[in-house]
Amino acid sequence: MSEGLTFHFNVDGEDFTSAGQASVMMKKNLRQLGLPPEIIRRVSVAMYEGEINMVIHAGGGVADVNVTENYVEIILTDSGPGIKDIEQAMQEGFSTATDSIRSLGFGAGMGLPNMKRYSDYMHIDSEVGKGTTITMRVNIN
Amino acid sequence: MTVKELAETDIFSPVTLPCGGREISGVYIGDLLSWVMGRASSGQAWITIMSNVNILAVASLADTSCIILAEGVTLEQEIIDTAREKEINILKSEKSIYDIAVFLSKII
Ligand SMILES: Nc1ncnc2c1ncn2[C@@H]1O[C@H](COP(=O)(O)OP(=O)(O)O)[C@@H](O)[C@H]1O
Ligand SMILES: [Mg+2]
Repeated sequence: MSEGLTFHFNVDGEDFTSAGQASVMMKKNLRQLGLPPEIIRRVSVAMYEGEINMVIHAGGGVADVNVTENYVEIILTDSGPGIKDIEQAMQEGFSTATDSIRSLGFGAGMGLPNMKRYSDYMHIDSEVGKGTTITMRVNIN
Repeated sequence: MTVKELAETDIFSPVTLPCGGREISGVYIGDLLSWVMGRASSGQAWITIMSNVNILAVASLADTSCIILAEGVTLEQEIIDTAREKEINILKSEKSIYDIAVFLSKII
């Protein structure tokens, strides 16, 4: 199989106003590559949720995206506080977001469930005090 | 019905209309961004009272045909400029979300 294309983004943890920018840029890239709209949508939603989580829960991080013939892979890496109980974090509605974050429309506790729902594969690797790496794949066709 | 046609009806006025020719496929209502992100489908008009800049990324990624700001909600000029740049249609209305939904169900 051919190597595939890779994209790298820094996700700023300070700046709420630019949150989601990496996902918006990635969507443009996928459009240019001519991927099917449904695949683009699924990647966009999954990546956006992960990106927002890095901003609101982890002080930022990096996003790496690999586009191969068979799938789009998104790897989100941060050095934030980590997730203590992944099973609990995966539950719809569970959130540790503050009220001020909620007032912006975030913190519904739907992010990780959305990421799971919109990807074909998802793995969370997290250590408290060290950080979190989330790998997601959306299969093409 | 296109977004431009909707903008020309009595209860709406355009805030930005960079892609007025876009067809409206249906309607989604919500203020929780993850909820909208996960549930709205492509082409739907999204009714909300949220007015922070993050609605632009959500509209763009969920691929809604337009954002409808209900209840007289307004946006800061900077957000309006960004929306134009990102080619996101935004309409506004003084009406309640319920009234807007009822109106849309009759004309779409
Ligand atoms: N990258 C991360 N670093 C640390 N904690 C995280 C991260 N992503 C998610 N979490 C934890 O998992 C919870 C659930 O995440 P999510 O489903 O996206 O809901 P929300 O972001 O709305 O709180 C968060 O409230 C947070 O406690
Ligand atoms: Mg989240």
